Amino acid sequence: MNSLQLLASSWPQTWYALPLIVAVSLVYAATRHELMKPLLMLALRTAFSITVFMSVVLALMYWLSAGL
Amino acid sequence: MPNEVAADSHEITIDLRDPLLAAFLAWLIPGAGHFYQRRWAKGVLYSVCILTTFIFGLFIGGGRVVYASWRNNDTRLPYVCQIGVGLPALPAIVQAVRTSGDTPKAPLWRFDGPEGFGLMAPPRLPGQIIPSGMIGRELTENLLGTDDYVRVRDARSGYGPALDELSQWHHDLGGQYDLGTVYTMIAGLLNILAVWDAYGGPVGGVPDEAEEADAKAKAAKISADLQPTTT
Repeated sequence: MNSLQLLASSWPQTWYALPLIVAVSLVYAATRHELMKPLLMLALRTAFSITVFMSVVLALMYWLSAGL
Repeated sequence: MPNEVAADSHEITIDLRDPLLAAFLAWLIPGAGHFYQRRWAKGVLYSVCILTTFIFGLFIGGGRVVYASWRNNDTRLPYVCQIGVGLPALPAIVQAVRTSGDTPKAPLWRFDGPEGFGLMAPPRLPGQIIPSGMIGRELTENLLGTDDYVRVRDARSGYGPALDELSQWHHDLGGQYDLGTVYTMIAGLLNILAVWDAYGGPVGGVPDEAEEADAKAKAAKISADLQPTTT
């Protein structure tokens, strides 16, 4: 099994990250703001940052395991 | 009032009432501390986010990922994080106390019949003393001087079948066991943030757009003032 097949086979498990990203972003933003509008804006920015960071880590891990 | 704090660029003030009581309530039931402070929206947000994460993790982990154990061969460190969620994780303490010691009792809230596991009860491990009749006789060894308790057979004894429930759980649930553990741990850690928010109010470390625009305008004015005038 090459790394692309491995990535494809584990893809469904990646969806488990989605509820966590939503919950962590909302709770983190709620510790910074009291009003809903700035709270939700910060939650969106946080969710985006987490998604980008985790995608970079995933790409890095994929690249590192490509030759294995 | 002494317990009022400013939030969101001083647009509003929050009455924290009794911060210590609010923090305790926030730990006990996620969101309860904010309801006590009449911060309804944030109470709903915290309770929905944290309880949903915890219950979902418990569900995908088959009800077995939250348990307290401080035995030599099974110290459950994730529970240190899971206890952060408060009351929903406390049954694990009850189960651990009931099932440990030299005269253990059967766990409460048992699934799958009399031989099944109890919700949030620690796994039965080789060498553990349990009440007789909880699992098949072929998996246990008799103890001298009592019929009320038996010892779970150890595979290292060299004969007969053995029971290692923790390994069995990992085998049955696969990656779901680890995912459930992570979900419940994160729920507990998120509730620590909620407790802090109930105690001290929002951190306010992130400036709003209006505040940023105001700072930029001030910087531009200072820069303009410093420009040399030409005649």
